[in-house]
Amino acid sequence: MSLSSAKEGQEVRVVYIHGGVNATKRLAEMGILPGVELKVVSNSIGPILVALGESRIAIGRGLASKVICELKS
Amino acid sequence: MNKKTLRIGLAGSPNVGKSTIFNALTGGNAYVGNWPGVTVERKDGIFKYKDYEITITDLPGTYSLTPLSIDERIVRDFLFKEKPDVVVCVVDSTNLLRSLYLPLLLRELGANVVIVFNMWDLVEGKLEINKKEMEKVLGASIVLTSGTKGTGIEELKEKIVEAKDRQNLPLRVDYGEEIERYIKEIEFELKDMAFPYERRFLAIKLLEGDHIFKENLKSTGYGRVVEIAKRGTEEFKNKSGRDLETTIIERRYGYIEAVVKKYTKKITLLEERFLLSDKIDKILVNKYLGIPIFALFMWLTFELTFRIGGFFSDYIDLFFGWLGDITTNYLSSINSPKLLISFIKDGIIGGLGSILVFLPNIMVLFFILSFLEDVGYMSRAAFIMDEFMRSIGLSGRSFIPMILGFGCNVPAIMATRTIPEERERILTILINPFMSCSARFPIYVLFAGVFFERNQGLIVFSLYTLGIVIAILSVLIFTKFLPSLRGEVSPLIMEIPPYRLPTIRGLWIPTWERTKEFLKKAGTIIFLGVVLIWLLASIPPSSEYGSENTIIGMIGKVLAPILGPAGFPYWQVAVALIFGVVAKETVVSTLGTLLGGEENLSKSLLGLFTPLSAYSFMIMTLFYTPCLATIGAIRKETNWKWALFSLFYSLLIGWTMSVLFYQVGSLFTK
Repeated sequence: MSLSSAKEGQEVRVVYIHGGVNATKRLAEMGILPGVELKVVSNSIGPILVALGESRIAIGRGLASKVICELKS
Repeated sequence: MNKKTLRIGLAGSPNVGKSTIFNALTGGNAYVGNWPGVTVERKDGIFKYKDYEITITDLPGTYSLTPLSIDERIVRDFLFKEKPDVVVCVVDSTNLLRSLYLPLLLRELGANVVIVFNMWDLVEGKLEINKKEMEKVLGASIVLTSGTKGTGIEELKEKIVEAKDRQNLPLRVDYGEEIERYIKEIEFELKDMAFPYERRFLAIKLLEGDHIFKENLKSTGYGRVVEIAKRGTEEFKNKSGRDLETTIIERRYGYIEAVVKKYTKKITLLEERFLLSDKIDKILVNKYLGIPIFALFMWLTFELTFRIGGFFSDYIDLFFGWLGDITTNYLSSINSPKLLISFIKDGIIGGLGSILVFLPNIMVLFFILSFLEDVGYMSRAAFIMDEFMRSIGLSGRSFIPMILGFGCNVPAIMATRTIPEERERILTILINPFMSCSARFPIYVLFAGVFFERNQGLIVFSLYTLGIVIAILSVLIFTKFLPSLRGEVSPLIMEIPPYRLPTIRGLWIPTWERTKEFLKKAGTIIFLGVVLIWLLASIPPSSEYGSENTIIGMIGKVLAPILGPAGFPYWQVAVALIFGVVAKETVVSTLGTLLGGEENLSKSLLGLFTPLSAYSFMIMTLFYTPCLATIGAIRKETNWKWALFSLFYSLLIGWTMSVLFYQVGSLFTK
């Protein structure tokens, strides 16, 4: 599934990111890498707000659709 | 004892409290911001410790040393070109895993680093660290601080001085056999190259696809190295099916994770800083409520600016009226020459007084803007507007400079440096002058006060809204007709800080800084303008002061007819608009000087304008040519071409809009 289709409150693990070179790099440098766990704080319209540990990061909807995740079991 | 000097840089990611550390070290002089990249200008501070004089540069907040935006390039240039003695890197103690990334890079680079674990007060008693061992592994001293409480600052100063002579080897992250092989190969090729830091770092950055290093190396005859890096990247991808760049970043995070795991221990669960924040955001960034609430906040901002500012303005107004009277009486009583009385009364008190009256309004406006920034609302505004901004070809990121433009367009234009996409950055810069800055505010207050006494707040709010509407339409026009500004919108990636209660001190510093700037402007440019206008309005002495037979009257008369269709064909107004280009406040002070001083200004205006032409005039002052400082900022951030473009475009919009409004309005009022 993509991050953009995750529901509010769901916890996911990043599997793969196939965004543009710069965007992927920027996400990685901010700590959003394959294997990392995220929690979806808000996902309604516009950007998606995720919790990465003790921080909140807004990711544009387009880019979020290129962040492939799996549900944390 | 001879004076010793130190040059240090202050680095850190956005939202780690870097600016509070800067203020604590230097005793003020910088902003405390809460959205990514508020420290857009280079800011230096000097402080003394023991017998050292230490100059510290507050660098823009960045996550890494990859030069994707101008901000990041600024940090890199500073490190490479100025080679500071020590780099102080601030991290967020509540989030070590993420914020140790930048100091790790700095250590890989081989810089002398002092790591500041800021906001330590939030984790004290909940997190235990083995500081000594951690310092050893990272090869950097660690200081535990709380910028807001001012703890740990003396120790930080001590550590800075200590760190300057440290001869630590750069830190080495093990990137795995394969990648290490490429690194060695590149390092070998670079062995004769002059580079102020560790060459290994250069090799790693090259493998990460750093385009600036690539260009530099190509132009200095190291093109071969770039080829090796390219080959390595492809080979790695083919063999492992993974991205070399991401893998390198992953390894760094792996390293940090190991260090954090080994040397820190969570005693109790960290308090959820976002517990309350997330709840507030359920409402403030809600898909239905977000935008209406934002509009409400903006309206409240202007309403408060009016109410609170206006209250104090009335007293300043009374003061200048009184001052004018007693000085005139006094000067007449000692038989001063008429010319001197006119200079003091019409020129200085009339001109400067008419603008200084607005000091409280401006202070309140800046105070509220600082509050919105510090409390953490700015990044939310960017968040909720992203969807809309995207529909016109920009991203939410462009929205923050737009709001900052309400304060002053110059820092707002500089704030665009955090926008990575050049196309988006130029667009954001070009529309910024239409964000009505605080210098135009006195014009509105004056005219709204005289002509729309009952609906002042609403009238001013409508002008701000009109500015935003025209800015949006301009983006659409630019992207349609200027191919260089067309293109894809860059994805939004933005850290959202937790809401926090700003400190009075934190709000006061930027407010006072802006107020000082306003006063300085009043004392220099506006004052000179006033003197010049008074002088030109008094020559030749045979004509009556401020009549149309004076030099200034003649200049104004040439241009006045152009303003006819907009509803104000008066030479005084033409002169005010010309001088307004220097600084928009001058529009009011010029009218004050030419129309019989601050006291009589309202009466004179009633004789010249109708409510319709008054609104038309406000439209003109909103859009026409940005002030010199803004044009200068546009040139600095882009080039002459765009600065001139902006100048003529806004002149055209200003004239067209006010004429259109006046002509259409006349049809309905006849």
